[in-house]
Amino acid sequence: MQEGRALTPTQINRDLLRPILEQPKWFWPAVFVLSLIVLVGVSVAGYMINRGLGVTGLNRPVAWAFMITNFVFWIGISHAGVMLSAILRLAKAEWRRPATRAAEVLTIFALSTALTMPIMHTGRPWRAIYWLFPYDFARGVWPSVRSPLVWDPSAIMTYLTSSTLFVLIALVPDIAVLRDHTTGVAHRIYSLLSLGWQGNARQWKFQVVAGVLLSALILPVFVSVHSIVSWDFGMSVTVKAWHSTTFAPYFVIGAVHSGVSAVVFVMIILRQIYGWQDYIRKEHIDALGRLLIVVATAWFYFLCMEIIFGIYGREADELAMREMQFLQYPWNVLMIIFAGITYFLPVALWLPRTFRRNLWIMSFACISVNVGMWLERYLIIVPGLARKQVFTFTWQTYMPSWVELTLVLSTFGLVSLLLLLFSRVFPLIPLYDIKEGEFLRTSVQVGRRTVPATIRED
Amino acid sequence: MPKLPVLGLFQDANNAADAGDALRQAGISDKDYDFLTDAPYPEGAFGERVEHHRLYIFPFIGAVLGLTSGVLLTSMTQMAYPLVQGGKPILSLPPMAIICYEGTMLGAILFTILGIMFESRLPSPKLGLYDTRITDGYIGVLVQCDEAQLGRVSGILTQAGAVDVKRQAAAAATA
Repeated sequence: MQEGRALTPTQINRDLLRPILEQPKWFWPAVFVLSLIVLVGVSVAGYMINRGLGVTGLNRPVAWAFMITNFVFWIGISHAGVMLSAILRLAKAEWRRPATRAAEVLTIFALSTALTMPIMHTGRPWRAIYWLFPYDFARGVWPSVRSPLVWDPSAIMTYLTSSTLFVLIALVPDIAVLRDHTTGVAHRIYSLLSLGWQGNARQWKFQVVAGVLLSALILPVFVSVHSIVSWDFGMSVTVKAWHSTTFAPYFVIGAVHSGVSAVVFVMIILRQIYGWQDYIRKEHIDALGRLLIVVATAWFYFLCMEIIFGIYGREADELAMREMQFLQYPWNVLMIIFAGITYFLPVALWLPRTFRRNLWIMSFACISVNVGMWLERYLIIVPGLARKQVFTFTWQTYMPSWVELTLVLSTFGLVSLLLLLFSRVFPLIPLYDIKEGEFLRTSVQVGRRTVPATIRED
Repeated sequence: MPKLPVLGLFQDANNAADAGDALRQAGISDKDYDFLTDAPYPEGAFGERVEHHRLYIFPFIGAVLGLTSGVLLTSMTQMAYPLVQGGKPILSLPPMAIICYEGTMLGAILFTILGIMFESRLPSPKLGLYDTRITDGYIGVLVQCDEAQLGRVSGILTQAGAVDVKRQAAAAATA
């Protein structure tokens, strides 16, 4: 898989550092628009905190809804980073090279955004701190480790810290390139951040070892994070429809499904706005499309298992929820839309090679998956709660208020803004990885054909 | 007597490897020269010395410390505020295991990062003799030698095909 033309190191530096060294004309208008969206979100969050959760559509029994759905959604997106970067790095997949950094950075920003959701959802964010962190020495009040709501931040903070350090370590050689290509204040800042990187054999050796070792260490954390997110639901005693034994793997594979789709979409956007056609090539999008068919089918298998286990056990609560999901309006319509746009439509689009290489179709399919995956979490959370339960004496459904809609939309603005700002300061494609790929590429003569090939060191 | 750095810049990896061979034949220890590149070349591409390290110890130390912290944190906080929930014991092992697991992994990862920094000798306060063309694909052969050897080393580098040879003044090197 080597379709692109050969690139020199100078050309790679020039192309991949262009967004940093030459400011694109659209950059500040884009930052302004996205900042405005974020500002609106912050203002609405302030309003909600000031007035209380009464301004949302939350009620008894639907105490979790849009914000928790959005939390699970962004945690899911964050799974793309490590999945792509770590698994493909360990497998020495050649086509990982342009995708790893964008995926890892998306992980960090998606995780940070996800964290804001449950904190805001508490209604009194300042109190959430001593529910979660053991700091209240003065009163001797400590978090309860028996609550899944404490497991969650511990897993997310571990994942966030690990992913951030993973990105920072891999950024050092690229920051050194920036140090060598800048002057003035920028040069001084990049010199400081490059930590005196020279690029000697020892430093490169540990850069490579770091990639492999950290990938191997972060992978189990990645699996634990979304498993623990699923336990937020699975360990909840009162909501019986959430007690499926397949919840953890179902959540993990769902996260990978939505996350990898998001990475493909981000890569297509980067390719278009920065003119990186030589780096993010159609063969890369094609390979990711093929991977997504497998991931989507694995996810669909777990979805079927989850539904079958729920119905086959014939527990009254499970049957009631399934009846609601499949037979009652609007849940039944949402369920059909969800299954269609998350699996059947995108997989049908990913099957033909020509479609996988069509960037418009791939973008559409990946957006479709993410809308569907958002809906999936909504369809797990709200129907699960919107029924009469033990100790719940009202029976209502849920309608999001403008506050929740604004908050959810602003999180998309926040992640886009953070990605844009990052791309202005640091390269979103690892330069040294691309350069390494260039000098390892070759071609072999097979009969009358010359086939592109890659030398791989083991 | 302090050693002085000489940097030869090569456009071709084969020439840089030849320079390494010539330096070794001239009696320069392989600890006194290094290859500076803009990308990770396969190990041994320039015939450079094998780098020994103890990186793999770091994650184990971190994991043990992380696990210990997890056990202490979960047991001590629950003992200090013994609130029974859902009929579970105060020291309930399954939830403790989750926090301990995350602590173990966090410790292992933090110590791996520390290990990588330590073994890579980063951060390095001084960049030393360097050329920005290295990040544009040139290969730098950085040699540390006595003042008396400066001329001979520069000659070896030039003969091997260096496009440029840079030296650092003795005063600057000792400063």
